Formats: sequence, structure tokens, C-alpha cells
Amino acid sequence: MATEATTSKGNIIDQLESQYLRSDLPQFRVGDQVAVHYRIVEGDKTRVQVFRGLVIKRSRGGARSTFTVRKTSFSVGVERTFMLHSPRIEAIEVLSRGVVRRARLFYLRNLTGKAARVRDQRDR
Amino acid sequence: MNQNPGVIGRKIGMTQVIEADGTVIPCTVVQAAVTVVGKRTQEKDGYDALILGIEPRKEKHTNKPLAGFYKKQGVEPKRVLRELRCAAEYAAGFEVGQQLKVDEIFEQGQFVDVQGVTRGRGFTGVMRRHNFAGAKSSHGSHEYKRHGGSIGSNMTPGRVLPGKKMAGQYGNETMSILNQRVVRVLPEENLILVRGGIPGSKNGLVVVRGAVKKKNGGKSAQS
Repeated sequence: MATEATTSKGNIIDQLESQYLRSDLPQFRVGDQVAVHYRIVEGDKTRVQVFRGLVIKRSRGGARSTFTVRKTSFSVGVERTFMLHSPRIEAIEVLSRGVVRRARLFYLRNLTGKAARVRDQRDR
Repeated sequence: MNQNPGVIGRKIGMTQVIEADGTVIPCTVVQAAVTVVGKRTQEKDGYDALILGIEPRKEKHTNKPLAGFYKKQGVEPKRVLRELRCAAEYAAGFEVGQQLKVDEIFEQGQFVDVQGVTRGRGFTGVMRRHNFAGAKSSHGSHEYKRHGGSIGSNMTPGRVLPGKKMAGQYGNETMSILNQRVVRVLPEENLILVRGGIPGSKNGLVVVRGAVKKKNGGKSAQS
């Protein structure tokens, strides 16, 4: 009885969240270079901003999934976390695929220049 | 006293609602498949209330006095019973045995109060229970890291003042969270999505009712 109830209750949340899932986004992994086309509303105007950088983190949780993109802008590191299934994301372009050995690339924060690169899958 | 319409239900867990414009609202899911089991009336009991029940109770778990009550009401035995005080006119709109529809009781955007029993944390020190800062772990301190410090002065008043925050039982107490917005009402599954967190563990019993500190029971003015 108890187990039956808990599984059905887990399903309720899964069901509620399933309506927000988007299937139009490309597959990408940690270490990939991506360009996120993000819709920004300023007053009554809407424009699309492109954030180009390296995916350093993915958090997988159904409709609650997020990913973090890091780029270096005028020699200042900038990180931005996006909700994967947010309707504000117009498109995600995968620019290149990287080869990395870990799931979280936080070590890149302490590195600059040549050391802060990620090996491209094509150079393998 | 809160006499606003309400339901009893189970806390299912937390999730997010993503609006069409991309706004994300954190919310708690409450499942409330409520049946009216009985009524209290001014003439007979001295007050007006609806007796609400959720979840089936097995025959063998129903003791005889309770089984007699359910038989008299003509309702299947319920696991949880709770009386909610209400106005007499409101109670008159329901019949015994009727299922409550969450979309008739709540509306989207309404303010509600949610009552539940907080998760029990047992006998807890002052740092966890009252967010005390504790003491320094270095610079010569010895065996005095998570203590609360002094609890008062010496001769005057010569006693510890009442209400002094100390270690003790934390959690497992009935708490209400007031003026939370209803984000969604889903009548097909008897679900209510309340903005933010509510007291209690998953599968915990909660009471959701119209906000007592808002006009019109938390509903918008025209309805």
C-alpha cells in the first residue's frame, strides 16, 4: 500500500512537469561550445541575445534541468545558468564538441589563456 | 477564526511551474480528494462545520464506534477525518457523501493559508533551533563550540528570564504559513499548486484554506 502510494505520488510530479519538457533542443554535453539564443524582454520590445561559451555544468532534473555556460568577455570570466526547458530559449547551437574527463568543469575558473582550453573532439 | 472554505490533503512534493513568458514559479503540490463525511450544525453541536475525510480506511482497521458513524452517514470509512469550521450557508451547499471539487473552492491567484505539522528534528541545540552563531573553534576555546553563551545576569534578576532561547525539541509542531498564492488548480487530479514551501514532510497531512488575513477569503474581489 505504502509503496504503491509513493510511486503514484512521484508520478504526479513527473506528469505535471512533462508538459514543460521541450524536445526541439539539440543534444549537448559538458565541454561543448554552444551558442544560446535567449529572448530578452525590455519594456515592450523583445530581442534575442546570443550567449556563446563553454558548457561547464549540466544539472539534470526533468523540467527543472539547468546548464551553465562560461565565456571570457574582455578578459573577465562570465558564467550564466539557463533553464534548459525555458520558453525564453529560442535555440541552442552546438558549435563544437569537446573532450572532457569530468562532469563539472569548475577547474577552468582558475585557469586562463591556453590552459583554459578544452580539447576538441575532432582533434582526437 | 478561519471560517473560509478549505480542504485537507496530502503534500506531494515540490516542483516548478514555467509560465508562457518563461517565469518560473516554485510551488508545492497538494492532493486533496476530499469527501464530506458529516456536518456539525449550530442547533445540534453549537457550531457549524464540515467533517471532511480523505483516503479509504480498511474495514479491519475501523473500530466499531467509528464504523457505526460511517454507516450512519452512509460513507465509506476514511483514513483521515478533520473538521473545518465554516459559515452555515456554506455548509448548506454540500451534502454528506459529496466529493469536494478543488476548482469550486479555490481559484488561481487566490491567497491561502496552509497548515501542517513540521518535520520533527528531535532534541536540537541552539545553533540549529534558534540560528545562534556558536562560539569560535580556535583561539583558545575549549569544549565550547556550539553553545549558546550566557543565559542571563547574576543577582539581578537572579533567575533566567522566561522564554530564553535554549536547546530543546525542534519541529513536529503545527505551523501555518499564511498568504501563499494558488498557482494552479487542477480539478481532474484534485491537485492544488501553492506557491513556495509549506510545512510538513512529503505525504504529510495539510489543511489548505482561504487566507484569514485577506479580504474575501483571499479571493479576488469580483467573485
